[in-house]
Amino acid sequence: MSEMMADNENGRIGGELLSVDNITLRFGGVKALTDISFNINKGEIRSIIGPNGAGKSSMLNVINGFYKPQEGTIRFKGKNVNMKPDLAAKSGIARTFQNIALFKGMSTLDNIMTGRMLKMKAGFLSQAIYWGRAQKEELENRAFVEEIIDFLEIQSIRKTPVGRLPYGLQKRVELARALAMEPELLLLDEPMAGMNLEEKEDMSRYIIDVNEYFGTTIALIEHDMGVVMDLSDRVVVLDYGCKLADGSPDEVSSNQAVIDAYLGVAH
Amino acid sequence: MEALNALFVTPFVEIFDAPWFFMEVLTGGLMAGVMYSLVALGFVLIFKASGVFNFAQGVMVLFAALNFVGLMDAGVPMILAGIITIAIMVAVAFAIERFVLRPLVNQEHIILFMATIGVAYFLEGVGEMIWGTDVRPLNVGIPDDVFFVGDAMIQQSDLFAAVVAGFLVVVLALFFHYTRTGRALRAVADDHQAALSIGIPLNHIWVIVWSVAGFVALVTGIMWGSKLGVQFSLSVIALKALPVLILGGFTSIPGAIVGGLIIGAGEKVAEVYWGGFFGGAIEEWFAYILALAFLFFRPQGLFGEKIIERV
Amino acid sequence: MIYREAGEFKTSYAADQGLLTIPMDRWFVIGLVLFAFIGMPLVGDEYWLGSIMIPVLILAIAAMGLNILTGYAGQLSLGTGAFMAAGAYMAYKVATNLSFLPVPVAILAGGGFSAMIGVLFGIPSLRIKGFYLAVATLAAQFFLLWLFTHVDWFVNYNLSGVPAIADYHLFVDWGPLVTGAQASVEARYLFVLVFAVFLALAARNMARCKIGRSWMAIRDMDIAAEIIGIRPLHTKLSAFAISSFYCGVAGALWAFCFINNVEPGAYEIERSFQILFMIIIGGLGSILGSFLGAAFIFLLPITLSQLPGWLGLDVPADVITHLEFMVMGVLIIFFLIVEPHGLARLWQIAKEKLRRWPFPY
Repeated sequence: MSEMMADNENGRIGGELLSVDNITLRFGGVKALTDISFNINKGEIRSIIGPNGAGKSSMLNVINGFYKPQEGTIRFKGKNVNMKPDLAAKSGIARTFQNIALFKGMSTLDNIMTGRMLKMKAGFLSQAIYWGRAQKEELENRAFVEEIIDFLEIQSIRKTPVGRLPYGLQKRVELARALAMEPELLLLDEPMAGMNLEEKEDMSRYIIDVNEYFGTTIALIEHDMGVVMDLSDRVVVLDYGCKLADGSPDEVSSNQAVIDAYLGVAH
Repeated sequence: MEALNALFVTPFVEIFDAPWFFMEVLTGGLMAGVMYSLVALGFVLIFKASGVFNFAQGVMVLFAALNFVGLMDAGVPMILAGIITIAIMVAVAFAIERFVLRPLVNQEHIILFMATIGVAYFLEGVGEMIWGTDVRPLNVGIPDDVFFVGDAMIQQSDLFAAVVAGFLVVVLALFFHYTRTGRALRAVADDHQAALSIGIPLNHIWVIVWSVAGFVALVTGIMWGSKLGVQFSLSVIALKALPVLILGGFTSIPGAIVGGLIIGAGEKVAEVYWGGFFGGAIEEWFAYILALAFLFFRPQGLFGEKIIERV
Repeated sequence: MIYREAGEFKTSYAADQGLLTIPMDRWFVIGLVLFAFIGMPLVGDEYWLGSIMIPVLILAIAAMGLNILTGYAGQLSLGTGAFMAAGAYMAYKVATNLSFLPVPVAILAGGGFSAMIGVLFGIPSLRIKGFYLAVATLAAQFFLLWLFTHVDWFVNYNLSGVPAIADYHLFVDWGPLVTGAQASVEARYLFVLVFAVFLALAARNMARCKIGRSWMAIRDMDIAAEIIGIRPLHTKLSAFAISSFYCGVAGALWAFCFINNVEPGAYEIERSFQILFMIIIGGLGSILGSFLGAAFIFLLPITLSQLPGWLGLDVPADVITHLEFMVMGVLIIFFLIVEPHGLARLWQIAKEKLRRWPFPY
């Protein structure tokens, strides 16, 4: 707790980056999210937790525009947005998926290079002759991607088709691709699901490093409470599409409603 | 102005002036549609049970009809020729399961689709090698008189085809819903892996469903063959079953029937009343363009389920 | 150890991003291209150049086009023949009505027109996928051919409907004759070869750049592609446009340099299937495979029809036609089962074998 205060004083955490206001999302008659509001500050690690089916992934899908909520607004960097996924990407939101969503037919390097797509502006003629702007961009972005490859320590699998990689490495490549976008807000959907303890430790370290070195704001969905409590600056708890609690890890873990939701309660 | 007239006024005036003729065109179209429906039905059966888009269905129609008419020409009695042809189609189903589907299990759909194009080429080659490429008239005793409803002339053979198609659909529907095999087929259609895990023998199911599709192909071939003679163009006309599938949805038996009727009637009416304006022969593409336009509004087809994408 | 890739160290990203990073590959390809330009015209006779090399190269261009759409961007198309026809008819219109333009420009204009048509028929790809899209491209196949044969404007009101291609010089009045019946077979061959080489190079470049990666991203997982900022419609339409451009150029070359007239029969649905087979057997998502597949599929029937003669057998012609169908069907199934990545993959395996030779591992 005192450490976090220190961070705050050093200015790691800034003002509001994203705010979610009164979001309601329905699929037909089913309410996936009901009147959810919370915000994410610049530079923080914000966790969204809750039992299975609580609407966590739906929340991320709303934030990056994959689902359109029936009510409520999302404001990113102070602007009212109602984006399509590709526009969300353009405005600086990147994400990884619960079930890995890599391009299976491409190499690790190419997968990460796709993350640089928005930074490349060369016309297609230039690409067809591989001359001038296209060549320059390819090389510049390659250099940038190599930094990320170094950062995540995946040099040895640079040219391996991602379909052949083990699960843990695929997750790391997916993180690399999201990082290549130089996002302001990074949405991580269960980055540690199905990992063993060591892999979890590695991944946790990368998340902290990303947050510290690049100053990237992170919204995290995770089931491992130990990880969540250690990493997060603030936690929001969802259950059956409703918000149960919101606050620092300590506040949340001592909240009676949260304890009831996780442990069950005798009625 | 003249063009607008020819497009939006004259055809409707013609329809109102000669309603019986319109009826005749419409029924003619509907009957052609029944044929498309029958081919589409074969597609749907296989797609439902194995997720394979069977491009060879049209050629299976030709192949079955060639065998049937070939045997009959060789002096085999009709019933026996039918039974032998069914046996051949079952053998084809076995061969396809053994040599095409089994080695390609778990491959992407597009690979399986292309494999069925290979099957189509092979069957066509074999059929024509054995039975030749001449147009063979087929007469199985389907009545071919005409009768009149009001002033509209209707072919008895068309009506017969419609009755047969209806009968086939009812039988298939009963088979799918009330037999053990039918239930297993539906389970396989839903999820191969899950079906396997509860002990449904996938290979048997495939052989059965391809055999049933072969049987449907034979019926279709006999209907078409009696009308047009058994010839290569049968497999080409069968391409028209593709837009039918788009309209009806890939997995819906009623969809195949309704889609076939819409396409059949639509293209005949369009050809007769609007063909002149466009310069004729619009039957060649009308079905495809209709399907294309339809896709914009209902990508999943008339009876298909709405596709929800998840991440 | 005949083929080596070890011991080659790259010291810059530029070197690592190159097209042929292994010297042996590089020299092999340069040698091959030199032979195609210099050796082939010297060695090849009228039959080899005119009846084999020219059509194979043209079909390879069309196969590259389809490979861009189907192999790289994952959009199945059965309308290749129609896009070729669009190129042929428009090139003919430009060559006859704007005769001040040199004939290469007319052929490229044919490609450009085909690209526009391709975009038009590619629009449904935003909403539909897979087989549904394949049926949509069938609409293009039947509609376009009907259009070109029923609207006389496209053939300059020619009565036969199959206008002949005039003899054109390379640059209006200057240079050798490159099209039509009077042009020498060497000139036509080299003309086609230049197109094939440049288009192959461009395709390889696009495949390794941003645009190629965005195609493959859409192919592999369109939802994820969208979320990293790839615009799906834009990307798919670019694949349709460029693919159709290649097909259009191929169609125009077919009319101008091979059959010397604009014959709708050359662009029927059978052509679409033929080119689809080329990319399946050659290798989906491989430029090299497009060439190998084109050569294989084009030469197979020729070989089959010659084979009985070589063996001294007397087989009637229609039996051979049926045999062709059967062999083609079996081969397609065989390739899909044994090597879904086609001849291009076999080539890679052969290279790996050569690298290890004479050791088994």
